[in-house]
Amino acid sequence: MAFGPFLLLALMEGLVTSATLALAAAGLSLVFGVMRVVNVAHGEFYMLGAVLAWAVAALVPGPPALAFLAALVVAPLLVGALAAAADGLILKRLNYDPEATIVATIGLLYMIQQATLSLYGPNANPVQAPFDWRIQLPWFGYSGYKLFVILAAGLVLLALWAFMTRTKAGLIMRATQVDRTTARAFGINVDRVYMGTFALGAGLAALAGVLIVPIQQAHYLMGGDPLLLSFIVVIIGGLGSLRGTLIAALVIGLSDGVISMFFTPTLAKILATLLVAMVLVFRPHGLFGAKA
Amino acid sequence: MKKLDSSGALTPHDNQGPTRGRNSGESDMTSLLHPTRRGLLLAGGAGLLTAALPGHVAAQGAPIKIGFQLHRTGIGAAYGRWYERTAQAALKAINDGGGIAGRPVELLFEDDATDPKRGAEVVDKLTQSDGCDVVMGTLFSHVVMGSAPRAGELKVPYLVCSEGYHVASGALNRWTLQPGITDVRSQIQAMAPWVSANLGKKVAMVFPDYAFGYDHRDFFTAAIAAQGGEVVAQIAIPPTETTFTRYFPQIPAGTEVIYHVMVGPAVLTFVKELGEFYGSGAKPQLFGFIDSLEAVDTATPGLEFLEGSHFWEAHPRVKPADAGEHEAAYRAAVGVDDNGASVSDPADVATYSHMFSTWETLFFLKQAMEAAGYTGPADRQKLVEAMEAIGDMPYGIERPQGAKVFNGKTHQVFGTQNISQIQGGKLVRVHQTSMADGAYDDAVDYTTMAF
Repeated sequence: MAFGPFLLLALMEGLVTSATLALAAAGLSLVFGVMRVVNVAHGEFYMLGAVLAWAVAALVPGPPALAFLAALVVAPLLVGALAAAADGLILKRLNYDPEATIVATIGLLYMIQQATLSLYGPNANPVQAPFDWRIQLPWFGYSGYKLFVILAAGLVLLALWAFMTRTKAGLIMRATQVDRTTARAFGINVDRVYMGTFALGAGLAALAGVLIVPIQQAHYLMGGDPLLLSFIVVIIGGLGSLRGTLIAALVIGLSDGVISMFFTPTLAKILATLLVAMVLVFRPHGLFGAKA
Repeated sequence: MKKLDSSGALTPHDNQGPTRGRNSGESDMTSLLHPTRRGLLLAGGAGLLTAALPGHVAAQGAPIKIGFQLHRTGIGAAYGRWYERTAQAALKAINDGGGIAGRPVELLFEDDATDPKRGAEVVDKLTQSDGCDVVMGTLFSHVVMGSAPRAGELKVPYLVCSEGYHVASGALNRWTLQPGITDVRSQIQAMAPWVSANLGKKVAMVFPDYAFGYDHRDFFTAAIAAQGGEVVAQIAIPPTETTFTRYFPQIPAGTEVIYHVMVGPAVLTFVKELGEFYGSGAKPQLFGFIDSLEAVDTATPGLEFLEGSHFWEAHPRVKPADAGEHEAAYRAAVGVDDNGASVSDPADVATYSHMFSTWETLFFLKQAMEAAGYTGPADRQKLVEAMEAIGDMPYGIERPQGAKVFNGKTHQVFGTQNISQIQGGKLVRVHQTSMADGAYDDAVDYTTMAF
């Protein structure tokens, strides 16, 4: 294949990775930014989104597009509700102590993963894409659904940005992020903000899971990779910075696409990890994070 | 010297023996009523040990216990599901027919999560605490490589159902045998001439980046060269990969045949993305190992591009019109319909080209145990020698995939292979190899190795 089309394919693949990664990482970053909780179970919310999408697709009759739309709404809501419950039952009782919440979310990771294994089983199950449309370029064909994933993720991120900057709820969340004590002094119910943030973060990961499941398949072990990549993105972008997360997701996703294609996927992972190390050494608060 | 802790109770490691000296009866009572955690653990551990002991003793007597190392979870779960069903069906057939040498047979399944480290622990557990006579059933080659050395240390017969060339290559030990399925080297050698004559001579290979994939890479490259063809690209993909499009541009222009073999939960993604990549444009011929589609319905939306492409199958998934006389009985026993799916759920497609190996391994074991006059673990060495003495094995209900020859020196069995084409969304057998097509020189003589 000639260099031009080769690069085009690499960039398209990279954008798909960036899109889902940006969604998942935005959730992780939001939770850390507002709550100072490092959520190790974040990848499992992503996996739950995919598994619930499969369940919804199996339950909703009619064309695949309808089932998929239902899954896009139902799965993030259910996962968000589960996360809200986890917040009230576990994190709140630990007083959001940073060390204790890490251990608690590790426990949550195993509980969700093993519960999925017990209830859903060890098999990888496919979900049909909402539409079957293939682009035929002169050099290669490409799945139209993958382009839809990029578009959908972009729209969701735009909505998230509008929510954070243009609504009162967003303002309250940002206020809590800047100073929890002062926010409380101004009559903000910090407990409710935390519960909502944790649910929103998990819902974003679940949404990424729903979007990816027609490309991959729902499998109980699929939460590992996005967790690792989300942490890489969030560390590079700066914990708590939405803009940084988005830019880092683009950098990591595109470089992953291009390096994997021209060299090897292993090299892409090595370079991403090296970048994390460099950022931690020279800019420990991330490229766009506020100084601690 | 005794010492009391602040509450007045004895510290745990002093709480033993009858010579309690100056302790009052009251403090003895306290420690009995409120045992320390360590004390409880010690007592519990002792209890477990006692409970485990009769296991060894009982195995000498009544039923023969066969440990089954099962990929129930992890990336091999689809295979594990069908390996368990097939082995259960074979077990029932054997017990209904009077068991092994008149003794009933039990199968003990233990999940290894398709993980090499856990695999070795499972061999250990099945042998040491469950008291199994033999261990069998492992499929994924990295788990075989991780577990076989432990079986050798425990001196327990370890019968793998894996296809890998690792047994016949001499890399393992006297205790590891593969009596149920032909190895990959022989499969490839038998089919390469057909691929080169019917599909093309310039081949790009896509295979998993570990031992099983390397067997494909090395032996197919050599086999196609022997036919005057060449491998123009070797593309190794990590077995845990979830997205594949990025690998396809490495397939050079001018490639005539893509030879693909993938495993794990992402195989469906792999074939779908391959189809998207070529789309409606010109594409090379496709020749795949059915591993790329095991447990996947060939009529899945998105797989239409596979129409007309060819697959290796050990055991044709869709019952051929000229199937052997025992095919129907075997399918009925396992619970598989004529399309190769579960009779209770047509969407639950079998790993049909691999699972017969568990059935055939159990019958092989029965034959060897009866020949050896096997009575218990003390006869394990005799059992291995009896297996090594087995040669020709004719077609029958014991071997539904077909007649086989077991090579006692290399511990590997050999049989025939099939090439099927997807026609109208279904696999149709178009070619069957002969036993001689897959023969190669022995690389090892295990019978000369010490036990």
